[in-house]
Order: sequence, then structure tokens, then C-alpha cells
Amino acid sequence: MKSSFFFGFATITYFVAMMLYISYLAFRKSGIGMVATTITIVGFVSQSLALLLRWAEFAELGQMGWLRAVPLTNLYESLVFFVWCLIAVYLIIEFKYKNKSFGAFITPVAALALAFIDLSGMSKNIQPLVPALQSNWLLAHVMMSFIAYALFAVSFSTGLMYLIVRSEEKNEASYIFWTVTLGIFVATLAAMGLDFLTFKVAFMGKQELIKSYLFKASFRSESSAVVAFSYAATAGLTFVIWRFGGLLRKIITSFNISSEMLDDLTYKSIAIGFPIFTLGGLIFGAIWADQAWGKYWTWDPKETWSLITWFMYAFFLHSRLMRGWKGRKVAAVAVLGFIAVIFTYLGVNLLLSGLHSYGGQ
Amino acid sequence: MTEKKNKNIFDAIWDIFASVKTAVVIFALISLSSIVGTIIEQQADPEKNIKVLSKMFGLSHDAGHSVLGVLDKLGFTDMYHSWWFLMFLLLFAANLIICSLDRLPRVWKLVQEKIRPVPADYIEKMSVKSSVTLKGKPAGIKEKIVAAMTSIGFRPLESAEGQAVQFYAEHGNYTRLGVYIVHLSILIILAGAILGIFLGYNAFLNLPEGETSSVAYQDRGVEVPLGFELRCDNFEVEYYPNTETPKTYKSWLTVLKNGKEVMSKPIVVNDPLKFEGVTFYQSSFGLHPDGLGKGVVIVKASSKDGKAEQLNLKVGDKFSIPGTAVEGHVRDFSPALSFDENGKAFTFAEQMVNPAIFVDFSDKGVQKYSGWLLKRFPKTWDLPDGNRVEFLDLWGVQYTGMQVRKDPGVVIVYLGCIIMAVGLYMTFFMSHRRVWVSLAEEKNSVKVIIGASANRNRATLERRVEKLVTLLQAEQKGGK
Repeated sequence: MKSSFFFGFATITYFVAMMLYISYLAFRKSGIGMVATTITIVGFVSQSLALLLRWAEFAELGQMGWLRAVPLTNLYESLVFFVWCLIAVYLIIEFKYKNKSFGAFITPVAALALAFIDLSGMSKNIQPLVPALQSNWLLAHVMMSFIAYALFAVSFSTGLMYLIVRSEEKNEASYIFWTVTLGIFVATLAAMGLDFLTFKVAFMGKQELIKSYLFKASFRSESSAVVAFSYAATAGLTFVIWRFGGLLRKIITSFNISSEMLDDLTYKSIAIGFPIFTLGGLIFGAIWADQAWGKYWTWDPKETWSLITWFMYAFFLHSRLMRGWKGRKVAAVAVLGFIAVIFTYLGVNLLLSGLHSYGGQ
Repeated sequence: MTEKKNKNIFDAIWDIFASVKTAVVIFALISLSSIVGTIIEQQADPEKNIKVLSKMFGLSHDAGHSVLGVLDKLGFTDMYHSWWFLMFLLLFAANLIICSLDRLPRVWKLVQEKIRPVPADYIEKMSVKSSVTLKGKPAGIKEKIVAAMTSIGFRPLESAEGQAVQFYAEHGNYTRLGVYIVHLSILIILAGAILGIFLGYNAFLNLPEGETSSVAYQDRGVEVPLGFELRCDNFEVEYYPNTETPKTYKSWLTVLKNGKEVMSKPIVVNDPLKFEGVTFYQSSFGLHPDGLGKGVVIVKASSKDGKAEQLNLKVGDKFSIPGTAVEGHVRDFSPALSFDENGKAFTFAEQMVNPAIFVDFSDKGVQKYSGWLLKRFPKTWDLPDGNRVEFLDLWGVQYTGMQVRKDPGVVIVYLGCIIMAVGLYMTFFMSHRRVWVSLAEEKNSVKVIIGASANRNRATLERRVEKLVTLLQAEQKGGK
């Protein structure tokens, strides 16, 4: 596997870039910033190379031409591509806004995601395509969906940061909203990390997919004491974030990130992400479903959740453009929209797939 | 008097539907009920959903049963076809129509309105502005300004009010309609979907190799006449080497009309057959209920010295290898052969994953050897005495499972999708841009004041205005 070398290299590079971006924020030396950007670009090039190599490996194995060998056919590949899009969007933002502060937030996400993929033991094998996936629509549909997801992820983080910066009083609705959202978000990530530690490290060799043990070490544990403790810990964590949220606001404002810029970034990433999602995710998906199964819309969970996501962002755009909503209200909608995205992408596959199978055949 | 009252009611309803709040309520109704629909499996076996309910909410089997009963009464077990869900969709359509009609006249006015020259002090207040001082008289630089404005994509008009000369131009007025084009496209898609429900059908057809059908089947075995006949000539599954993962399944179909063959086409998943508005999609496959009863195994038997013959065999048939005294006797058939730890053969699946025949061979009546010949493993075709029996094909044993659909609305849905793409592009990537360039004469020079406005994507317009300034300055340097 030639591609795995470059993937590993990219992961390390993103970790180095993360440390550099954080020290850039701490010391404000432009030299460090330059090195951080260069390292990120090196990581990005390496990851691009890895993607292309994997594409080539896939094409060689599948023997069905390049268009049908997109390395986007399982959870592992899609997460890797998601990270790639995220870094691409970040680099564009850095060059357009000439602001390196976001690097300290984006590179850790990229590095941790790649490391998580590596450690979780997700199947990295190239799997041959089942007949339903053998279509030229695969490339356009999946790729555009993920570009849109990456843009929505950006709008989620800028929206959340906007709320953090703009909510001053602890009893304000927007303050409570962001602390609870962040609390649940962190708790979910921690629960997944715990699953990984208990089931992957403690009981080595379990080759089952994440869905079989998701939250089994916390919220869905056999022991009701553990379940109760998990909920209590989530509440406690949320309380701590609520209590010390002001600190986070001070940190972000000291990073030279203005709330206008955050608002603008939230809107712009959705304004670009929404048409891409509509065309690539919904329309191309419907055309493909029509050609493969003879039904362009079947209300299956994945389709339904994409529609809910679409409604969320349509609402964001209408409330901003039609009603002239600005600031905290729309930022909250952007944050909620991304929760629908996460559910469309991961939730349907991980939680509902035990009940429904996507794809029919 | 009554007329006035009616009008008020009409106005009130209109206002309700024209509000964004109503839109949000409808979005929420559709979304929330859809979420229930993704948890409760639709049109499914009740037991399955009781399991889901007890797993998610910790209900006992009986409680789950009664909860499901209530949900079933409310239509949640087939909610996307329930009257209330359709009503939500119709409300959504009504809201979309009225919202658009409510705002369209104002927007239409903006689209129609021609750009006019503005007083110089208006330009000062514009969101995008710039200025540059050029040497010479206004008359001398007019041409340059027209050229520069043309090169950034505007076609300027000229006006002179008293002393001041002004150029003005606009671009993309119609892009203000983009949102309404998107709204229209949603309505077109909904109309196409409704047309499909009333004039089309969804059915399936399991057609064994060699058989012909003039009907397809809907749920509960309701027959739908096709208007022609369809024959399955052959069906085959190809697997990825050394795996049980299917690579392709392919059916060779022939359409017959009044007994005459009119069309032949092989279909695979993602590549259906279309005839007279009816489309046949490859969706599944299976084994004929009679097993090998009706079908034949096609083999090619060849001797050491190269004499060969193609044969059609059934279980129980005897055949001889040409040019020799070796005789084969087909004893058994398995659709999916595998071997257990002790090397004993067993059938592991109902599907035709690994078809094999068991043949006893004898030479001049003396039992010599017997063994399994597997279609996917050519190694098993070579016999110990150097003769060879190739397992070429199986025919009449499998059926092809097809999704059959007639949907005259699908063309309209596609049209709606194209219109939506165009509307989205207009809405998000284009804008209505206006530029005014005013010339004010000064001593030996002219002050060029530029003002511009755009209804969105102001950054792009700013860059264009910057380019305009650069062009004018370059002209100046070149002129010296």
C-alpha cells in the first residue's frame, strides 16, 4: 500500500502544523505563521498524493476505469476525503482573509480525525464495488456531497465561535445554547473515544465496525450505573463549560477574530455549500437512484435526513436574506444545521443501519 | 358588504401563507414527522418495528405492540403515503406559491427598472466607491472610460447634465429572479411526482431464463399488463475473483410485440431497458423454484487429442467424451458448493453462488473416478486421464428479478432539476450589479468618481471596480 505512507505523513504533518499554529497564536511571530502554513500545504499535498495513489490502486483492482474507481466507497475513505476538503477550505480562507488564527482550530480537527481513523482499525482495504455503486454518478454525487459537508462544518465552527464571542451574560439564551451544544458535542466525542479505548484497546482484535459498539462503554452500557454516570458526566461537563465559557470568549477575541468576520464566513460557506449540496447531494443522488433502482425518491432514512438538512439550510438562508436576521439567531441555525449533517452522514449509517439498510440491494 | 368581508378572509389566508413563519412551521412539520418515519420502518413487518420500539424506548413486547397499533392507526407505518403527509407537502407547495407571488411584483419592478444617472453626491454614499484623477479634458478621456468599462463587462450609457458627464451601466438584473426560479423548480418537481403517482406504476417481475411474460406484479400479486411481452434469454452473475462479492449481474432481454421480436438488450444494475415508457431495472436474482428441474447445464467435453463437443445436460443424463470410451453420468447439482473441514461437500446458499455438478466417470463400463465440476473453478475441469469437461453455463435455472416502472412524470422531475440548478446558480453565483462613473472637470485634469452597487457578492464587484481603476491609470501612463 503505497498510499498509506503518504496518509501517515499527512497525519504527522497536520499534528506539527497544529502545534505551530497554536504557538503562532501564543507568540505572534510571523515567521512561525509562515512555517505553519507551509507545513499545512506540505501535508495537504501529501494527502492529495495519497488520495490519487489510492485512486490508482482502486482503478487497477476494479478494472472499471477511473470514473468508477473513486476512493469514496466506505466510511474510512469518506472521512479521509472529508479531512482533505476541510484543509482545502481552510487554506482558501487563510489566503482570502489573510488570517491564520483559524489554523489552530482546524488542524487539530484534521489531525485527530486522521489519527482516529488510523487507531480505530476501520477497514482500510479497498473493497470491490457492488453492482449498485458501479455508476459514473458516484464521483459527482459523493464528491460534491463531501465538499458541501466540509463547508457546512466550517459554518458550524464559525457559527459556534460567533455565539461564543457574542454571548456575554450567562443567563442569555444564546449563551446557554452554545454551552449545551458544545457540552453534548464534546461528551459525544469523549464517549466515542471511550468506546474505542474499552473495545479496541482492552479487547484487542475485535474486527467489528463501530456501529456494534457505539456508546456501549457509556450511554448504552449494560450497567445502568455506567449509563447514569455518563449522563451525569455530560451534565457536569456542560456545567463546567457554562461556568467558564467567558474564558473561551476571551481566548477567541484575543485571536484577532472579529464577530463580523465570523458572521460573514458562516454565511459564505453556507451560500456556497447549499447549492453544491442541492445539486450534488440531492439532485444527482435522485438521478442516480432513478437509474439504479427506478425510483428517484423513496423516503429512505438517508434521503429523508438529507431533506431535513436541506430544509435547515434553506431556513438559514431565508431568515438571513428575507427577514434580515443577523447575528446570534442565524448562527444558532447554522449550528443546528450541521447537527443534521452529522446525522445524515454518520447517524443514519451508525444508528439506523441496524434497522434499515441503505441502498436496497 | 359581503364582498368586502370575503376579501378580508381571502387576505387573511393570503397573509398567513405569505409569511416566513408559516414556512417554518411547515418545514418543521415535514421534518419532525419524517424523523418518525426514519425510525419506524415503513411498510414493514410489525414484529420488526416492535423490536425497534422496545430497543429504543425499552418497551416490553406488549407495550410495543399497542404503541405500534396507535402509530399504525395514525398512518406512521406507511406515513409517506398517508393523507396527512401529502397534505403537508401540498401546504408546502401552497406556501411556496403564495410567498413567491407576494414578493414577485416588487422584484419584477426592480428587474424592469432601467438604471438612471444619479447626482454626484449619491455616488459618495454608495457601498463600493473609488476615484482617480486623470490629466486632460473630459471629452478626451470619454473613450478610455467606455473602453475600460466594456473590458470589465459593462455596456455603458452616457448622460450629460450641465457640466458633468456620467456613464452608467448595469448587469444581471434578471438574476434577482433566481430565487423564484428555484421555487418554481420545486413546484415542477412536485407536479412531476404527482403525475407519476396517478399515471404510473411500480411493479416487479421475476422472470426465469427462457420464459416470457406479458405482465408485471404489484404488491399483493396484482397484475399489471405491460402492453407487450418480455423474454429473458439468459441471466448471469459475475463474481470478483476469489470472493463471494458479485461484480455484475446481467440479463439478456428481448421485447416481443404481437409475437415479433422488436428489441434486444442486456441490462445490468445502473443500465435499464426502456420500451414504450416502461423501464426494466435489474434488481435481484434467484434460483428457479424447480431447481435444476427445467434447466440444463452446458458443458464442453473434450478428449486428450482435441476432439470436442458441446452438450446440454440434466441431472441423471449420461454423456460420452468424444473419441473415447469414457462416459460421464451427472448425479447431482448444487447451486453453491463448499467443503467442510472433513472435505465433505455441502450446499451453503440458495443463490447460484458457486454452481457445481457431480459426475461419475467410467471407462468401458468400469467405474473410474467421480468428482465435482465447478463453474467458477476451471481447475476442476481437468480429469485425471487428461480429458476435460468444461462447465460453460447453466441455463433455465435462475430467474432475474426486475423492478418495473412506468412514470410519465419523471421527465418533468428531471426538467425541474435542471431548472433548479440554473436557479441556484443565478441565486448564489450571480448578482445584479450597477456602476456609475462620473466625470468632474478640474484644472487641467478630470476627477473620475466611480460608484457601484450589487445585491450580493459585493467582493467580486469590488475587485472589478479595482480593475477599472487600474485600467484607467494604465491608460494615463501610456498616454504620457
